[in-house]
Amino acid sequence: RAQEEAAAGTEAELKIRSAFEVFDHDSNNTVDVRETGAIISSLGCFPTQADLHAFIAELEEDQSGHVHLDKFLPVMTKRLHIYYFFSFAPASLKSLNLGLQVLDKEKKGHLEPDELTKYMTQEGEPFTQEEMEEMLTALVDPKKNCVHYKELIKN
Amino acid sequence: MGCGSSVATETQVRRPETMKAAVLIQRWYRRYMARLEMRRRYTWNIFQSIEYAGEQEQLQLSTFFTYMLDNFTQLNGNGPLISQLLDPVVDPWLDRETCFNLISVPESYSGPRISFPLSVSDTNALLSAFKEHQTLHARYVLQLLYETKKLLKQMPNIVHLSTSYTKDITIDLHGRLDDLLLIFYKNGLPSAETPYVFNGDFVDRGKKSVEVVVLLFAYVLLYPDYMHLNRGNHEDHIMNLYGFTKEVMQKYRTHGREILQLFQEVFSLLPIATVIDGKVLIVHGGISDQTDLEFLSSIERNKIVDILWSDPKTQEGCSPNTFRGGGCYFGPDVTRRLLLQHGLQLLIRSHECKQEGYELCHDGRVITIFSASNYYEDGSNRGAYIKLGRELVPRFYQYQVSRTTRRLTLTQVRAAEGSALRALKEKLFAHRSELIAGFQQNEQNNTSVSVSEWAQVLESVLRLDLPWRTLRPHLARLAADGSVEYLSCFEDMGPGLPLPQVTPNLAKTLFRYRTNIEIIFNIIDKDHSLISIEEFRHTWRLFSAHLGADIDDGAIDDLARSIDFNKDGSIDFTEFLEAFRVVHKLDVKE
Repeated sequence: RAQEEAAAGTEAELKIRSAFEVFDHDSNNTVDVRETGAIISSLGCFPTQADLHAFIAELEEDQSGHVHLDKFLPVMTKRLHIYYFFSFAPASLKSLNLGLQVLDKEKKGHLEPDELTKYMTQEGEPFTQEEMEEMLTALVDPKKNCVHYKELIKN
Repeated sequence: MGCGSSVATETQVRRPETMKAAVLIQRWYRRYMARLEMRRRYTWNIFQSIEYAGEQEQLQLSTFFTYMLDNFTQLNGNGPLISQLLDPVVDPWLDRETCFNLISVPESYSGPRISFPLSVSDTNALLSAFKEHQTLHARYVLQLLYETKKLLKQMPNIVHLSTSYTKDITIDLHGRLDDLLLIFYKNGLPSAETPYVFNGDFVDRGKKSVEVVVLLFAYVLLYPDYMHLNRGNHEDHIMNLYGFTKEVMQKYRTHGREILQLFQEVFSLLPIATVIDGKVLIVHGGISDQTDLEFLSSIERNKIVDILWSDPKTQEGCSPNTFRGGGCYFGPDVTRRLLLQHGLQLLIRSHECKQEGYELCHDGRVITIFSASNYYEDGSNRGAYIKLGRELVPRFYQYQVSRTTRRLTLTQVRAAEGSALRALKEKLFAHRSELIAGFQQNEQNNTSVSVSEWAQVLESVLRLDLPWRTLRPHLARLAADGSVEYLSCFEDMGPGLPLPQVTPNLAKTLFRYRTNIEIIFNIIDKDHSLISIEEFRHTWRLFSAHLGADIDDGAIDDLARSIDFNKDGSIDFTEFLEAFRVVHKLDVKE
C-alpha cells in the first residue's frame, strides 16, 4: 500500500515535470513567473486568482521573475490534489452563454467593447489592462467593432 | 409603486448576478488563454525539435560522405568514380569565362533579360519578374553567379562597415521571397541611403530560394558597398542538398548541375561576419569560447561550424550543442569575454526562430534576429529586422506576411498544432520498429505499457526532448487501467504508396533513413546519369555498415531487382523511395 502511494507520488511528479518542461525554453529547469498560471491550468487545476497569486508569491525566487522546478515540484505536488478538488469546475457553454446574456443588458445579441471592458475590469476577479487588451484584440470583430458572443462560444 | 424604488431594487438584485457573470467569463477566458498558450508552446517545441533533428541528421550525413570517400575506392575496383562526384573540385567547363555565352536565350523566353554590369533597371526587372512568379533564364543565373564569385573573392572574411555616412539595417532571411519583398517595400530597396546586411540562411526554405538568392546577389553586384551578406549554416554543401538542390533541379532541368556547382562555390566565398563601427559584431550562429576575430579573419572560409551553428544559453560557460548536433551553446560569460577582448558592445545573430522575430539575452548584449515570418506554420511567428543608426542603438521592426495580423486565435493554434502533431506522428511511424521493440521490453499485458515507460521509450528512441506526457493524449490512447495502448500511436499513419516487396529489415531502414538515402543517391546520380548495379550495391553496403543496420547482400540484390534495373541500367530510385514516405492516412485518400 505504501509502495502504491509512493508510486502515485512519482506519477504526479512526472506529470508536473512534463507540464513544466513545455515552458522551460532554455532547458534549465526555470520558467517565467507569469507562465505558472498556464502550467497549473494545463494540469487540470483552476485555482482562483487570489489563490494563484499566493501560490506564485511562495514560488518566485527573490523577485527574479523566475520559478525554479526544484521549488515548484514539491509545492505543486502537495497541492495538486487539493487544487484539483477545490478548483472551480470549467464553465459549460450553456452557463457561459447565460453569463454573457446577463452582461448584454439590452439584449442586443452582442457586446460593445466598452461594455465588456467595464464588466471585466471592474467586477469579479478583474482583468489587468494587458489581459483586457488581449481579450479585445482576440474577440472584437474589427469591422463592426463589437463582440458577437454567440459566435465566440462556438469556438 | 414609484419608479425610483423599483430601480433601486433592480440594481440590488442585479449586481450579484452581474458579478457572477463576470467571474464566470473571466475564469472561462483565463482558462481558455492558458490552454491556448500551452498548446501554442508545445506546438512550437515540436516544430523546433523536428527541425533540429533534421539538421543533425544532415550533419551526420556529412560524416558518412567522408567515410564513403575513404572506403569506396577500395571496394570499387573501377577507381575513384564516386569520389569524383563528391569532390567539390570545379568542372573545368565552369571556369571558362565565357561558359554562359555558350547558352543561348531563345526568342520565346518571356522572363527578364539582364545585362552586366548590372544597373538599377536590371534589378527592378528582376524584382517585378519574381513578383510575377517568373524564372530567370539559366544563362543569366550562371553569369550572375560568375560575377558574384569574382566579386566575393575580393572580400575579406570579416567585413568592416561604418555608420558615419548612413544608417544600417540587419536582416536574417530563410529563403522566403514574400518576406524579402515585404522588407524591401517597407524599408526601401538597397541603395547608398538604405544599406543592408543579410545574416545568412538565404536558401533551403520555401520554394523561392533561387529567386531570393539571385535578388540578393544582384544587389551585391549593383551596390557592393551597401549590400552585405553573411554566410549561414544553410549556405553549405551538405545542408542545402535536400531542399535547394531539388528546387534548382526542378527549375533548371538542362543546366541545373552547373548552376548548383557554382552556387556552392559562391556560398563558400561568402564573408562570415560583419563588424559595424568596430562595436557591433554580426554573425549567423554565435560564438564559442574558442572564437577569436583575428584568427577568423585569417582562416579559409569553410568549416567554421561555431560561428554558423552556435546558440546562446542562459547559464555560464560553453557546452556542446547536442540538440542541433553542431556548434555550441555559449553563456553570458563567453559573450562578455569576446566583446571585451575586441572592444565590442553588441553581438547580433540569427539562426533561431523567435516568436516575436527578435529576442534579447545576455543582459542585452546578444540580439537574435529572425526575418522569416510564419516560419513553422501560418501564424507561428513574426519576422523582424533591425535598424542601426550612428548611435548604435538597435530599433526593431516586426512584421508578418499573412492574411490577418490579429493575435493568434484558437483556430490558428489548432491548425498549427494539427500539423505539428502530424509531423511528430510521421516521426513515430518512421521509427516504428525501434519503438515497438522498446515497448515490448516493458510490456505489462497485451500491448500496453505505463505512461512513464511509454514516455521513456519515446525519448530514448527519438531524442527530441519533448514533454511526452503532456503530448500523450494527442498521440496515444489509454486502456481502461490507465496504461498506454502503444500501438495506437501508429494508427493514423501509413506508407504513401503500396509497399514494394522488401525484407522487414530493409523496410525499417528505408522508413527511418528515407531522406538521407534520397540525398546520397541524388549525389551519386548528380546529373541524372546511370547508377550501375555495382555502384548501387556498394553504396548500400557502406551505408548499412555506417548505420550498423543489419541488411544482407541478398536483400540489397532483391531491392535492386525490385526497382527494376532495366537493360540500360537506369533506375528510378527516387520514385521507389516515395513508397517509404510516411503520410497521414487521411491524405492518402485525397
